[in-house]
Amino acid sequence: MSEPDSRSPSGPTSLIRIGSGQGFWGDDLDAPVRQVEGGPLDYLMMDYLAEVTMSIMQKQRGRRPEAGFARDFPPLMERIFPACLEKGVRIVTNAGGVNPEGCGEAVVEAGRAAGVGGRARVGVVTGDDLMERLDHLLEAGHELRHMETGEPLASVRDRVESANAYIGATPIVEALRQGADVVVTGRSTDTALTYAPMMHEFGWSDEDHDRIAQGVVAGHINECGAQASGGNALVDWWTIPAMERVGFPLVEAHSDGSFTVTKHPGTGGRVSRAVVTEQLLYEMGDPADYITPDVVADLTELTLDEDGPDRVRVSGARGRPATDFLKVSIAYADGFKAVGTLVYAWPDAAAKARSAERILRSRLDRLGLSFDEIRVELVGWDSTHGHLAGEPPADLPEVQLRFAVRGQDRDAVDRFTREIAPLVLTGPPSVTGFAGGRPRVQEIMAFWPALIRKEAVQPHLEVRTLEV
Amino acid sequence: MTDAQETETVQLVDLAHARSGDKGDTANVGVVAYDPQDWPFLRRFLTEARVKAHFGELVRGEVERFELPNLHALNFLLHGALGGGGTVSLMTDAQGKVFSTALLRMEVEVPVEVARRVRGRGRVPDRFDASRSVQGTDPQEDHGV
Repeated sequence: MSEPDSRSPSGPTSLIRIGSGQGFWGDDLDAPVRQVEGGPLDYLMMDYLAEVTMSIMQKQRGRRPEAGFARDFPPLMERIFPACLEKGVRIVTNAGGVNPEGCGEAVVEAGRAAGVGGRARVGVVTGDDLMERLDHLLEAGHELRHMETGEPLASVRDRVESANAYIGATPIVEALRQGADVVVTGRSTDTALTYAPMMHEFGWSDEDHDRIAQGVVAGHINECGAQASGGNALVDWWTIPAMERVGFPLVEAHSDGSFTVTKHPGTGGRVSRAVVTEQLLYEMGDPADYITPDVVADLTELTLDEDGPDRVRVSGARGRPATDFLKVSIAYADGFKAVGTLVYAWPDAAAKARSAERILRSRLDRLGLSFDEIRVELVGWDSTHGHLAGEPPADLPEVQLRFAVRGQDRDAVDRFTREIAPLVLTGPPSVTGFAGGRPRVQEIMAFWPALIRKEAVQPHLEVRTLEV
Repeated sequence: MTDAQETETVQLVDLAHARSGDKGDTANVGVVAYDPQDWPFLRRFLTEARVKAHFGELVRGEVERFELPNLHALNFLLHGALGGGGTVSLMTDAQGKVFSTALLRMEVEVPVEVARRVRGRGRVPDRFDASRSVQGTDPQEDHGV
């Protein structure tokens, strides 16, 4: 274990700023740069992982053992490492995916290329990956039943591609204590990336349930990037300024758990009560029972107050002790799918598309192809609101027929992809939009959420510090 | 409000904004009153049964409702709404990103003076020009209400 973090002052820190830099793998690449350069900041959290991301990374690692993490992240560090060290901004990210060690080593290389060799540390958190221990865990009686269906994992065991426990703040706090300038984890929860720095800086204990619950809310606001600062906000969206240079959200957190959401001055976007409320509601379940590895948060008495332009103060979260379980994110192969599309023009565009649908269904039947599901949508009419859109009018200018199939038999799905183009010359008239070629057969990686007792995971969590 | 009071039909989009997301095969829709004075009505009116009936075949499972009173918000969980969810689903909106807007289509009977106050609240103003980056215009001003 290395020496304690020398930057944490002996007295309690009163305020820290934790910015959001990425809301998913593929987010605005310049946002982290704007966060580091645009104003005061102490921590930058970056969330790269969604439910399907781990299985994508697992496949990449299967092909190349050194892969399996968010490969955008090391080049990003090369850009911002010098400025982060100069300003004292520490990075906390789950960019490690299924290969946090490989990611950590790539960050070390990026740091050396950026000229910060000998001046920085990278903390790597491992132990969330259960894949190698999976059979051992099943034999030991951890059934990893599907949280919704109750089915035991054994029924799909031979098709499992990745299995990772959602881990909380403890190892991140330890990495910060060891002086890491960059903390790279695997499947940390999105929210822990924000509240772990609070626990570290303010010296909160595991028993500070209300404060940690406030941290969870701060994390929920930060974890989707600009969604909390005007992006994808429905409320008065046409009045939100300068989204082309949107300022990602940052929280100004106090040691008592209270915090204010804001963004750097001079950036685009908007932080208002309504915008932050929308982000709070995003992907929310029961607001009285927001379960994390470190606390169960109750958001039902949450209060938001505007506290100046682009400033929203958040208070009122309550916390209860955490459960004895961690959630596990498992991905397993579950068949194949393909989507074919064609565009039909006025007049009677929808009638033409529906006729093409009937012909295609009939051809698939005659070929003896069967699927677990066929779904047909008219994009431009009912693909998002279904029957609520009503019957399409005869003068609809155009519509896209979107015909999707899913099944366990790859050959059947592949045969389907050859039946789209023939409709151009053998089906209803006024059809176009087939220039993209045959649809691609996609392998489905389905998500299997499960719970596991904490003691099966926590002893395996490790923090390693790499010197740049 | 009396029985004799005249009413008009508006849509939920005039009274509330909303955001949705997913957890597996469940979509969530958070609904937020634009104006605090409409919150008590929305809280009474927007029941699980009404939301379930509105979506019809789009939601195969149950609808659950939760309240966040200080935020003037309701959160609905729509079970069995995403065709299996995530990567399995064949839906364009496999992650329920725009289920919120489908709920906002709901027709709502309100007193005439409420209808006059709210109509158009959730829609772009007629003079909106997408080629301009709007610089913090007051939304109320845009509606002339």
